[in-house]
Amino acid sequence: MSATTMSGEPISATTAAEHGVDLLQGDTGEWELVVGLEVHVELQTRTKMWCGCSTDFGADPNTNVCPVCTGQPGALPVVNEQAVRDATLLGLALNGEIAPICRFHRKNYFYPDLAKNYQISQYDVPLVNDGWLDVEVPTGDGQSVSRRVRIERLHMEEDTGKSLHVGDTGRLHGADRSLIDYNRCGIPLLEIVSRPDIHDADTAQAYLRELQSIVRATGVSDARMEEGSIRCDANVSVRRPGDELGTRTEIKNLNSIRSLGRAIAYEAQRQIGVIEDGGTIVMETRHWDEGRGVTETLRVKESVTDYRYFPDPDLVEITSPAEKVEAIRTLLPELPAASRARLGEAGVTPEQAAAIIATGLLPWFDDAVAAGADGAAAANWLVGDIAGQLSAEGLRIEAAGLTGAHVAELIALIEDGTLSTKLAKQVVAGVIDARGAKGPAQVAEDQGLRQVSDEGELRTIVEQVVAANADTVEAIRGGNDKAIGALVGQVMKETRGQADPRKTNELLREVIG
Amino acid sequence: MALSADEVRHVARLARLALTDAEVEALAPQLSQILAYAEQVGEVAAQDVEPTTHPFALRDVSRPDEPQPSLPREDVLAAAPHAEQDRFGVPRIVSEEG
Repeated sequence: MSATTMSGEPISATTAAEHGVDLLQGDTGEWELVVGLEVHVELQTRTKMWCGCSTDFGADPNTNVCPVCTGQPGALPVVNEQAVRDATLLGLALNGEIAPICRFHRKNYFYPDLAKNYQISQYDVPLVNDGWLDVEVPTGDGQSVSRRVRIERLHMEEDTGKSLHVGDTGRLHGADRSLIDYNRCGIPLLEIVSRPDIHDADTAQAYLRELQSIVRATGVSDARMEEGSIRCDANVSVRRPGDELGTRTEIKNLNSIRSLGRAIAYEAQRQIGVIEDGGTIVMETRHWDEGRGVTETLRVKESVTDYRYFPDPDLVEITSPAEKVEAIRTLLPELPAASRARLGEAGVTPEQAAAIIATGLLPWFDDAVAAGADGAAAANWLVGDIAGQLSAEGLRIEAAGLTGAHVAELIALIEDGTLSTKLAKQVVAGVIDARGAKGPAQVAEDQGLRQVSDEGELRTIVEQVVAANADTVEAIRGGNDKAIGALVGQVMKETRGQADPRKTNELLREVIG
Repeated sequence: MALSADEVRHVARLARLALTDAEVEALAPQLSQILAYAEQVGEVAAQDVEPTTHPFALRDVSRPDEPQPSLPREDVLAAAPHAEQDRFGVPRIVSEEG
């Protein structure tokens, strides 16, 4: 194993102590976990990296393919300029240096999801070098600690086709043949390689979450793990504090941020166990089995030289003069760290702010506030009941037709006393049912949802309830204050849940005396 | 630089070529000769000469992100040795790469 990066420099890792991270306790002493992450992001360009085929997700198999992306002899790739712009923008968002000149290499290997038998990638001179990311790692007590993870490089490459293994359950082993759809083959892909600066699973998860938020903020990809538009592999090793880097394994098949954390925790303990039992770690690729919660050998890693990288003679160098880089820098949007600070000033809690940004709800929050909503209230509704109902329905907010203006309207109806919180939740369900065709006020009117806070109307009901529940009233007069809850419940029942709870309480106490 | 028989077998494996021992024996000196020929470049390469990766003095050849028509699927699949479910059918994949 060569302890150098792809650009030929020595690997430099931080220590757990520098980050204030606890060591792992083994049977024979303490161990330091060292993790580096490789994250792939599929760009949302209209066309592929080297040809004009559409990148439409979900198109019929093999309908977005041409001689270039199926590797026909003589077909020539031409760089998608939007992909280079997107990669540069993300590189700048990750505090990276844009290489004045970069080039493309061929990475040679045989696998049918790449018809060319090589993947066009970048090797010695990637587009972006030496970035970093400050991540907020929750400490479990509602607080968080900030840790810096350095980014070695960001390079451009192409995605592969999708394989369908038939003849058995769909798993690789035992399949009798594979069927390939090349629609995804050649879609622009970015690989972002962190330094091995991560020393616990929490920081790894926070890094991936932050990177995902930054990718979304820049708009270069929707970065959805479940759809594969962002993917993460983890390089994991352990060492005694102060020792050289240990042999690493690469963990694949991490399909969620949760899997990433579980797999790192498992793999660290597995490696410690192997070494403490007198064994050695083999440099290999391991497959995370989410159901069983274990990693398993997938294959022994080929060495970098086996990929026989060489400059692609079909492509020329890409230059990024300072004026081009600075022009792209002006396109940088507000990044998540700045958004968090801004949300904090608007009265949103750090946890809610993180949730709003991570789930892509910031535009809805901003629209709600622009439409007059209080920041704290808008955040409460968005990450609370609205997110909950959407998740239960399996809907994205845009598909549900909910707008920021709807959120503001809902909050206004609560503030003026028209709706109680409980009724407001029903109104949210109504707006979602109508896919946004009806706003909160319309839903409330159509369904007759309106809090009874008219004093005369409510007093009549309260008096009836008091008269009908003499025993309870006696108990309250006798000092059992909690019993009033039963009467509030009765009033709610009489009003089909539409009584203003605060007013009901006041009136009950007044009538009981 | 003379290539050993094992190195020849390794390179052949990477290229998915099955070689007989006789072929390995014959190829080792031939490949070594090719390497020696390429190594001559090292004799004239100087510190002040930038490595060349391309014969043309061209840079920044790119295209706008505008979709172009793809091929009709029947033409695409006509090139497949075996097509099934509108996909390219290939033999069972034995090990994963990438």
